[in-house]
Amino acid sequence: MTTLFKPDETFRDDYRYANSEAAILRFPFPFGEDGYMYGVNMEPHAPDRSDGAFVAAFDVDEHYVAECAERAEALALEPGRCIVLPHMREAQWDTLELIMESLAADYPDHFALTRSGDDWHWINRPLGIDQPFRFGDETTLPHPPFEYIVRQAQGDFTLQDQRDGTLYIDGGIATTPADWSIAFDVGMTFHEWHGPVPLAHQAGVFDRALQYLMRVRYGHPVRRLNWTMTINPRLDTSPENYPIWGPDRASLTPATIGSKLFLRVELQTFHRLPRSNALLFGIRTYLASIDDLTRVPKWGRRLHRVIRDLHPDIAGYKGLTRYREMLIAHLAKFDDGAITSPGIGPDLTTLGT
Amino acid sequence: MIIDSQALTLRVAAIDRLSPDLAAVHLVAADGARLPPAAPGAHITLSLPLPVAARPLRNSYTLVAADPETGYRLVIRRAARSRGGSQFIHDRLAPGDLISATMPHNLFALHSQAKKHLLIGGGIGVTPLIAFLARLRATGARFELHQIAAPADLPVFAQLIDPRAGEPVHIHPGRAGFALEALLRAQPLGTHVYCCGPAGLMDAVEATAARLGWPASHVHREDFGAAGGEPFTLRLASDDRTIAVAADQTMLEALEAAGIDAPSLCRGGACGVCLMPVREGQPEHRDHYLGEDERREGRCVMPCVSRSRSPVLVLDI
Repeated sequence: MTTLFKPDETFRDDYRYANSEAAILRFPFPFGEDGYMYGVNMEPHAPDRSDGAFVAAFDVDEHYVAECAERAEALALEPGRCIVLPHMREAQWDTLELIMESLAADYPDHFALTRSGDDWHWINRPLGIDQPFRFGDETTLPHPPFEYIVRQAQGDFTLQDQRDGTLYIDGGIATTPADWSIAFDVGMTFHEWHGPVPLAHQAGVFDRALQYLMRVRYGHPVRRLNWTMTINPRLDTSPENYPIWGPDRASLTPATIGSKLFLRVELQTFHRLPRSNALLFGIRTYLASIDDLTRVPKWGRRLHRVIRDLHPDIAGYKGLTRYREMLIAHLAKFDDGAITSPGIGPDLTTLGT
Repeated sequence: MIIDSQALTLRVAAIDRLSPDLAAVHLVAADGARLPPAAPGAHITLSLPLPVAARPLRNSYTLVAADPETGYRLVIRRAARSRGGSQFIHDRLAPGDLISATMPHNLFALHSQAKKHLLIGGGIGVTPLIAFLARLRATGARFELHQIAAPADLPVFAQLIDPRAGEPVHIHPGRAGFALEALLRAQPLGTHVYCCGPAGLMDAVEATAARLGWPASHVHREDFGAAGGEPFTLRLASDDRTIAVAADQTMLEALEAAGIDAPSLCRGGACGVCLMPVREGQPEHRDHYLGEDERREGRCVMPCVSRSRSPVLVLDI
């Protein structure tokens, strides 16, 4: 796959960010029907034949180089965005191996991994990295192995240790979080870190999801989509920096909501790690403006119906309440009442204007 | 979970006869590529092409050692009473043979927070302990190992465990001299016990630990999981069609193989998408979706993981 990277994009300050037509068409639109409620919406993470977001174990798209630069900047400002507890050492190397193996297999034009015993050689052409190192010896890498490899991947990652009949979030990086903090969550159990989510606990969603996730097997990753909304294409919507981005919610007007409000979709993947038996949780964030999405007639219609009918507790939890009515009024212009097809696909191969 | 028998194709590199009843089998990737690494305690399931059986026999074996480059090592005891898998390995399997296997899967993991690891093995239950021992030696974690073996087998078990000077490793000739209760009583707080061996030994460790007040979360026993089960027959109420569900196949896979349009999502008993109505028969529920009342009523079933207690299960589709 040939991807044209856009290294000049930014996700803060001047927000130089845009989706190409191809990026819009491959956007993982999260609504398979005209409504939304929490459920256990996990499925095998099998690569599909399209060139959409499910094409690879770890999707690399046109924003790759810019997102890696954004991560480096976030870590330079706040090194505490990456925390791994000491007993997860083996899971760190597992993560490095899984991501390197997957990128090299899925994108051989961009990445290469050669191994002879513990002497490994990693090449990342888009970022200009040529790194010989010794597997298992972190003194041969410029960063600890987990941080080293997630600096070269899009999206956040957490490491779950499986013990005592639950999962503990015992490490992770969160520079693109939808309002959660690794420093706050580290060491928590599955039910603890999901504590704030409304409605889903009572429906038993987390009990079932935990049982499912504890049974995820090596070589059989699973995925789900989650979503929220963000003003401006800002990846770092962290609680640590709430004073910077929180007030933006009050800045939307009917004239700017289409270009300034972004649907923020997380492609969440869950991989069993082989040496540590830990679970790697990938949270890959995609941003598309309302203007981008309404270029797809099906998505414009459906988004209107989903936001209009959304349970108020979910709207509140996702931070939409302040601008929800303005958004519904805007989206109503794109909903002619026609029936929408099942599934998340755009039902288009090219976009109108 | 998906039953996936064709994930790895392995070649038998060597078979070492350790004793008349014990063989060490060394497996490498058939194509010479790297094999997936595995955590200590992990097992693989081999598909053994028994000459007399219509379908391959699936047997799970613990990985005694797993190195991506040098391969996997199993130690297999010839079982007198068995479905023929271990006899096939002892009598028929030869270097150069190809064999298909699942990816490594771990249901018997070391606990990351244990202050001390107490390992108890009975007979061929030594296999995960050998893998644990290698890891615990490498990390410098505190451990103690007790292996019970038939007196005649003591030398071969000593060779397999290969105790180092000063290590708290004890190989007992039979159960008689093994004082389980005293051993568990003497452990420091924060110890985790891991037991692999005959069901009677594992039950005794669990029961004794419980009686002495050990938290259940500190007691671990070997588990290969229960992906398959007894074969049974499905009947569809709409057209009386019958569909056989094999021992190593899920109900959902059998329906799909028969061309039935059966929607599914997670394929692991959690999402509820594949739920099907039951007209007759007794489902064996293995999902995490149905509530207690729904299980008791038995009027629906999740075909991705659940099976049937009755020989025939009639689906209302």
